[in-house]
Amino acid sequence: MVTSSNIETKKIWTILEQVTDPEIPVLTIADLGIVRDVKINGDEVEIIITPTYTGCPAMDMIAMNIKLALLENGYSNIKISSVLAPAWTTDWMTEDGKRKLKEYGIAPPQSESGPRKWRGPESFHVQCPQCNSSNTRCISEFGSTACKSLYQCNDCKEPFDYFKCH
Amino acid sequence: MNSSLIDYIQHLADNALIMAQRNAEWCGHGPVLEQDIAITNISLDLLGQSRNFYQYAAQLINESEKSDEATEDSLAYLRTERAFKNCFLAEQPNGDWAQTVLRQFFFSAYQFLLYKKLQDNTDEQIAAIAAKALKEVTYHLRWSSEWVIRLGDGTEESHQRMLTAIDELWQYTGELFMPAAYELESGFDVSSLKDDWFNKVVAVFEEATLPVPEKCFMQTGGKTGIHTEHLGFILAEMQYLQRTYPNAEW
Ligand SMILES: [Zn+2]
Repeated sequence: MVTSSNIETKKIWTILEQVTDPEIPVLTIADLGIVRDVKINGDEVEIIITPTYTGCPAMDMIAMNIKLALLENGYSNIKISSVLAPAWTTDWMTEDGKRKLKEYGIAPPQSESGPRKWRGPESFHVQCPQCNSSNTRCISEFGSTACKSLYQCNDCKEPFDYFKCH
Repeated sequence: MNSSLIDYIQHLADNALIMAQRNAEWCGHGPVLEQDIAITNISLDLLGQSRNFYQYAAQLINESEKSDEATEDSLAYLRTERAFKNCFLAEQPNGDWAQTVLRQFFFSAYQFLLYKKLQDNTDEQIAAIAAKALKEVTYHLRWSSEWVIRLGDGTEESHQRMLTAIDELWQYTGELFMPAAYELESGFDVSSLKDDWFNKVVAVFEEATLPVPEKCFMQTGGKTGIHTEHLGFILAEMQYLQRTYPNAEW
């Protein structure tokens, strides 16, 4: 059954798909899987989000950007709630998001499940987003933001960020 | 309201905050750029953990006092030294890189076991924070273990520096596993983690060609608000702005 509330919720999701990550602007918060739920309580719109990393400084800005996007679209009574459980995982990132990351020059997370299960920084080969070589090495497990590690391609020599599995 | 639960949550928050503040002192001073970034990333993760715990503690305090005065900021910036319940280990100075990575290793090995246990805690919010942070602590533990091994099994000088760091820090590790009253009432008996922690230390030290320290007198006090002289200096710096310009925001 299609109710007015369904239509409204769908409209809000479409607005949220325009909100991007301040640190990786090619990704929307929908690509990242940060938005867990949209609820309409009377005339209040509640957006439920979950942080990627505990200390991610982008979360406050993301919450503000969600608010601004909704305000621009005529919503005034907005509540942003943050939940911690279940904990965010890179498995929630959309395939489209992974493709956009690669085009942006960041190697997308390789799935935790399956044969390539993470067993330490050099247990599998992260593909170079520039030349697609699998001959790469981890320079540092900690990169420019909490969600990334620093890698270098042994073939084209290009250093690159890897969005690590989490 | 259960005041031991509030004490317990503040203890978890204080541990994370003081470790974060110590590690942040390396910002711009790390031995190489990648490691400067690593240690400040760890600091940021710990700061995030402390924020989650402080927010929860503030919520419980406000519910019990029917007020809205407690906030994550008031708990971090406006409490005095005696109110902080962090362990001694967290407040010890950075020293050289060997001392910093060893402190992180001891602490992360402890936090890893602690959060693994707390993710099944009956208090849902504590369980959620622990489950979330556990993923990050796993990285901290791996990173710090690798550094202990690299320096221990490195040059003569790096080996010597690790020995000095062990001498300095070992005496503060016992406290981690001596439960304070609020831990027993609202958490669990942390002494149950001691054997697993010790085995982890032994495994890494063996790979690092470092001797396992002998039994020595263990310092205690931090968990109940009796601190080494270092905490006062940390708070003086960390709280300066809020103390001097109350309610300042930027
Ligand atoms: Zn390449």
